[in-house]
Amino acid sequence: MTNLEPRNGSLQREPLFLERETYRRRRLMDAAGLLPFVVVFLFCIPLLWPRGDDGPAVSVVIFYIFGIWLVMAIVTAIVSMRLRDTTRNLQDDLTGNMQE
Amino acid sequence: MSQLNLVIMVCLGYVLFLFLVAFFAERAAAQGRAGWLRSPIVYTLSLSIYCTAWTFYGAVGNAARSGLEYLTIYIGPTIVMFGWWWLLRKLVRIGRTQRITSLADLVSARFGKSNALAIGLTILAVIGTTPYIALQLQSVTQSFEVFAVAEFGERDENSAQTGFWVALGLGLFTVLFGTRNLDVNERHHGVVMAIAVEAVVKLAALLAVGIFVVWGLAGGLTETLARIDASQLGQWEVRPGRWSGLILLAAAAFMCLPRMFQVLVVENEDEGHLRTASWAFPLYLMLMSLFVVPIAVLGLETMPEGANPDMFVLSVPLSQGQNGLAIFSFLGGFSSATSMVIVAAIALSTMVSNHIVMPIWLYSTGSGASFSGDVRDVVILARRLSILGVLFLGYLYYRVSGGGTALTTIGLVSFAGITQVLPVLLGGIFWRGATRVGALSGLAVGSVIWLYTSFLPSIGSNLAFFEALQSDGLWGISWLRTGALFGIEGIDPILHTLLWSLSLSTITFLIVSLITFPSPLERLQGAQFVHIFQHTAGPRGWSAGKAQSEDLMVMAQRILGAREAVALFEREARLQGATGSLPETTPEFLERLERELSGSVGAATAHAMVGQIVGGMQVSVHDLMAVADETAQMMEYSSKLEAQSDELTRTARKLREANAKLTRLSVQKDAFLSQISHELRTPMTSVRAFSEILRDTSGLSQEDHTRYASIIHDEAIRLTRLLDDLLDLSVLENGQVTLNRCDGLLYELLDRAVATAQGGGGMQDLEIIRTKSNENVRLSTDLDRLTQVFINLIGNARKYCDGDPPKMWIRVSRVANEVILEFADNGSGIASESRELVFEKFARVADQKAGGAGLGLAICRQIVRSLGGEIRYVSSDAGAVFQMNLPVTLRLSQ
Repeated sequence: MTNLEPRNGSLQREPLFLERETYRRRRLMDAAGLLPFVVVFLFCIPLLWPRGDDGPAVSVVIFYIFGIWLVMAIVTAIVSMRLRDTTRNLQDDLTGNMQE
Repeated sequence: MSQLNLVIMVCLGYVLFLFLVAFFAERAAAQGRAGWLRSPIVYTLSLSIYCTAWTFYGAVGNAARSGLEYLTIYIGPTIVMFGWWWLLRKLVRIGRTQRITSLADLVSARFGKSNALAIGLTILAVIGTTPYIALQLQSVTQSFEVFAVAEFGERDENSAQTGFWVALGLGLFTVLFGTRNLDVNERHHGVVMAIAVEAVVKLAALLAVGIFVVWGLAGGLTETLARIDASQLGQWEVRPGRWSGLILLAAAAFMCLPRMFQVLVVENEDEGHLRTASWAFPLYLMLMSLFVVPIAVLGLETMPEGANPDMFVLSVPLSQGQNGLAIFSFLGGFSSATSMVIVAAIALSTMVSNHIVMPIWLYSTGSGASFSGDVRDVVILARRLSILGVLFLGYLYYRVSGGGTALTTIGLVSFAGITQVLPVLLGGIFWRGATRVGALSGLAVGSVIWLYTSFLPSIGSNLAFFEALQSDGLWGISWLRTGALFGIEGIDPILHTLLWSLSLSTITFLIVSLITFPSPLERLQGAQFVHIFQHTAGPRGWSAGKAQSEDLMVMAQRILGAREAVALFEREARLQGATGSLPETTPEFLERLERELSGSVGAATAHAMVGQIVGGMQVSVHDLMAVADETAQMMEYSSKLEAQSDELTRTARKLREANAKLTRLSVQKDAFLSQISHELRTPMTSVRAFSEILRDTSGLSQEDHTRYASIIHDEAIRLTRLLDDLLDLSVLENGQVTLNRCDGLLYELLDRAVATAQGGGGMQDLEIIRTKSNENVRLSTDLDRLTQVFINLIGNARKYCDGDPPKMWIRVSRVANEVILEFADNGSGIASESRELVFEKFARVADQKAGGAGLGLAICRQIVRSLGGEIRYVSSDAGAVFQMNLPVTLRLSQ
């Protein structure tokens, strides 16, 4: 995309970069807001499984629940960390621009 | 040394260790080396007080009784943590910006600092937490019993005494570290550090037991899984209602439990810690619950029939001869119990002392708002007594309930109680329309239902009165039976309570909020809480409280001016007997400073500013409203000033314009005078010169004599004409001219003018081209004056037109009531730079043919204006063109 913009250089490209950054940050916020609903959905799936003799063995259920627990923790960790990073970068950019 | 004594020794040693941890953490914080105390990991670990002895011991018991259902208690908080972006972030931000000290404080602050609400919540929290504390005492006592049974083969009769000593010891610890300092922010570094250590211990203990069971007892992972599937827990038998209901209950309790609120919001150092906790705490919970099922299954297999599954964590290693592991596991359970009791006691004592004891004390002593130094002592004493009181209540509940009920059930009763806060809490921070009365009624309805259907039956189902309630209902009304409200039977007891209490309290809360009207304070607080992220730019740090004097100085300099501020501070320091220039921030000094400042910025603002720096005095909403009031007044005043200044600017501009006009007029007058004297002087000079010749020269020929005399005569005529013109112009300009109106035809006037102008010799002949058919216009105006204008225009053309041969076109056209005349010649016209000037006095375009004084066109313009018309020079390609608009009928009013 930047190749299409011939030269009038850094002045034009920098706000674009900032916009992309803000956009990413907003989508990360959305992701952070979405997480609990995904988790609720995943933890309610075992309720749909047949119970008693027809149902899955408990060891399978244990694997399922602890598996999504771990995966969701990792996903949340990634989202939270990136949310922090982008926030910091955004602030750095803003203060950096002001100093220039 | 016997096994039991060893346990007691280890236990005491562990408590001593915790004392040291708390002590050194306090000291580090006091010396400002608290950086490592503020790490997100410590925050996450402190959240683990959610995992009490109930979860440590009870989860295994729960799993042994009802399979995977125990997971719900962990899944609830996990969901809340994953959803930190929605709720916890907002709670923490509100807690930090509003300086919230407890759950009751938050709710009361939201609903207009309502004391009634705070008291109600405090009572509910005490009632809801009491069973929970009893639960911890019971679990510690039971774990001691396990060792006693293993050693003596029988129950210890003194189990009640054990509970008492544990309660006392915990009370001592809490009093020591929970009320050491009356911190504005209610932050307790020592306690938080101690519970973080305990969090590690209990996780490690449970993992150790789990690893021993899986790899030491069952013989590996696959073997364990096979045994689990083969056991009585081996089938997926969850009840959907309980599964979702308990997840909801645990999630709600995680947010509403006073101790959880304490560590989540009040002890929070940095909003960013939530990010780490959002994934780290779910991981912690996952690890805590990982080995629960294997321990339960192996316990059921190896332990004799009738063994208490709640104690499998202890009894399984003990039965296998793993005494060291058993003691470690005991320490884990002990940690879980103690950390919960300590934090719960701190949280409850803050509520009790702030919302119940202090208002009563202030009311009884009648000192009202005049806070003095000894109030701090009263607060600390109130806190200490509250801690002991809360623990005593827990002990009492433990004794009354007999300590026999399964751990899980008591825990759920407690959870359900505190969950009643949930509708009010969520409504308060997400809905501006929630009112105080609505919150009070919702809370009351929920609490009553919970007390009736859950708490009372849990105290003593053995008592006849409660049994009657259960089977026949209150006053014998069957649909008021405690286990089946409205006659609906067969619901699980805890779900029954949850369903009716939460739904009815929410409905009451909403409806009453809708029909009542909030006070201004409530509405202000509501707006601040609901829109907390718009009001605060970012997380603010808490004031350190060290450089207060300096901060005050900086602020005072800004307001009073540097010299005055320094003088004031030095005077205060001398009064206090200090050597430096900065005084201590004593209340007296603050009061005087505030008074000084209020002279400059208004009382409320000064109070708020000093309060913000000192921190000890909270800025109340009343202050803020007063500030807003003052600000409004100042804005009004300044807008008045602005209006006045605008008016002044306008006046000044008018004056400047008038001054410029006067200056211009003065310049014109000077120019006029110098012009006129010049015009007068030229003829006078020649008159004087020739008359001198006539007088002084003898022998002048008759011819010369006649010539000189005629020159003198001509010059005298020229002077007279000039003076006539000047007089004429002056009369015209002053508007004193008397117009002589009569009727006439335009072509007659033009005929006369042409005849007059062409007469008189010495000048070139001018050919005049007219269209007589257009000139048949009857005019009613001052005909003589108008003719004068025509003569002047034609005369000018005769004088100046350099066409060859010179020609003039007189064009006449009529538009409505006006006649438009054009006098165009075929000369070279007037140079563009002179066009502006031709109508000015003494303006002569060309010097070489100075026939007149240069007043002709000026007079023309004045005449045409006084006749109600306008004359202008029109630029054209060839020749000069004068255009004249003239009303056909002169209106005399002009």
